Amino acid sequence: MKKKYLSIPYALWSLIFSIAPIMIILVYSFCKRSPYGRIVYEFTLNNYKTFMEPIYLNVLWRSMILAAISTIICLIIAYPMAMIIAKSPLKRRNILIMLFIVPLWTNFLLRTYAWMILLRDQGIINQFLIGLGIIDEPLGLLYNAGAVVLGMVYNFLPFMVLPIYSVLVKIDESLIEAAMDLGATSREVFMKVVFPLSIPGVVSGLIMVFMPAVSTFVISDLLGGGQTILLGNLIQNQFLFARNWQFGSAISMIMMVLILIGMAVSHKYQDEEGGGLW
Amino acid sequence: MVKKLIKRSYAFFVYMFLYLPILLLIIYSFNDSKYRGKWNGFTFKWYKELFRDQTVAQALYNTFAIAILAAIIATIIGTISAIAIHKMKPRWKSIFMNVTYLPVMNPDIVIGISLLALFAVLKMKLGFITLLLAHITFNIPYVILAVLPKLRQLNPYLEEAALDLGATPLQAFFKVILPEIMPGVITGLLLAFTLSLDDFMVSFFTTGSGVNTLSIKVYSMTKTGVTPKINALSTLLFMGVLGLLILLQKREKTN
Repeated sequence: MKKKYLSIPYALWSLIFSIAPIMIILVYSFCKRSPYGRIVYEFTLNNYKTFMEPIYLNVLWRSMILAAISTIICLIIAYPMAMIIAKSPLKRRNILIMLFIVPLWTNFLLRTYAWMILLRDQGIINQFLIGLGIIDEPLGLLYNAGAVVLGMVYNFLPFMVLPIYSVLVKIDESLIEAAMDLGATSREVFMKVVFPLSIPGVVSGLIMVFMPAVSTFVISDLLGGGQTILLGNLIQNQFLFARNWQFGSAISMIMMVLILIGMAVSHKYQDEEGGGLW
Repeated sequence: MVKKLIKRSYAFFVYMFLYLPILLLIIYSFNDSKYRGKWNGFTFKWYKELFRDQTVAQALYNTFAIAILAAIIATIIGTISAIAIHKMKPRWKSIFMNVTYLPVMNPDIVIGISLLALFAVLKMKLGFITLLLAHITFNIPYVILAVLPKLRQLNPYLEEAALDLGATPLQAFFKVILPEIMPGVITGLLLAFTLSLDDFMVSFFTTGSGVNTLSIKVYSMTKTGVTPKINALSTLLFMGVLGLLILLQKREKTN
């Protein structure tokens, strides 16, 4: 059959639009820069050396830490939530899970912007607390690392709940019954049966939250107010304002490699079945 | 009893957290004050202003035009590719699957800037076309991943039977195979449409001056000051999504 030829459009498309672009930034990341910001095709490691300066390593460190904190908070909030939903009656289950998907369909910039309204000095939270007489001066809630973490947790929480839920609902009820028959306490049932079985979903969730969190520039831009520079902000700056595509490409390559390593490590914990978002 | 109460209130607080900002946007879209700290009384004026605003209308049009076009084109290419991949020998299959996973695994910002670099190398003018190409690119893998499972479930003898009975390969595809894998195709289409509609990162880097999508428009507004118009818009969009969901739910029940 001529089925072979069917793969040609896709092969061409991914060659041009998926592989070539990454090759281009790979090449750029090793290129020199002319005084006017043009790309000079001469090999250099300077872009990567620049990144090793403490100021940039700090950005890398901060991005990793904030993304890791957000991911862990998401896990702590999401796991009990996923369990509650998984144990609800079937009919209510669908509605409860839908309630996590609906916000994803409303523009995420608008939702993040709404947090700006909530957190600002004249914002509702501050006014409420002042009105109650708990505080005299507005708390500086906006434009700091805490606000960025909040924004990340808020935006990415569904990506933690959904995969954990999808694994939890599939767990065979008779396994839990068997464990209880054999004398396990409910704590032991959770630690020795339910949690180990849910690990593929947890790993999926960890990746799906950590990855966008470490590369975002919008949340840190809006809620961090330029005070909290993350890798994403750095890349955006190099491409749009500093006109230093070479350095921006180098940062992108470093980020990509870090994420791919993380994925390869976590891949071991995932089987074919569990873990997908849906 | 106490346990149930704890569970209920926990769930309540998580949902509150999730919906508080959305609720706030809706409330403030009816507020008769430009300064959003204060409640000045109920008004529809932001909705009126919204409908008069040409730039928002244009952004909305671009958003939907790109989402629809990108979803359809990606679904066609993705479905054909899924069939090709399904029939491949294992070695080629794994190469193609790795390429498919590339845009799924790659951070959005890297997809955005690498496409920007590509368009610069090709000397393409940034605008509607580059935006569309970028959206098709990140949509195709999701279509492939939605269609492949349906192909695996497909009885391999169905097509042979159709061909034995005298159908041309094209007839066999449209009359036998396509109807069988349709659920996967539809899922892929919807997924692609949703992803396009909500995308900001990739659009931000691959669009030129003057061509806005809703996300880009909102982003630029957050820099220069957001008018309550945009609250009105998000309220309408949210209601639209909710209405659609309720409609689907009802249809499911009657079926």
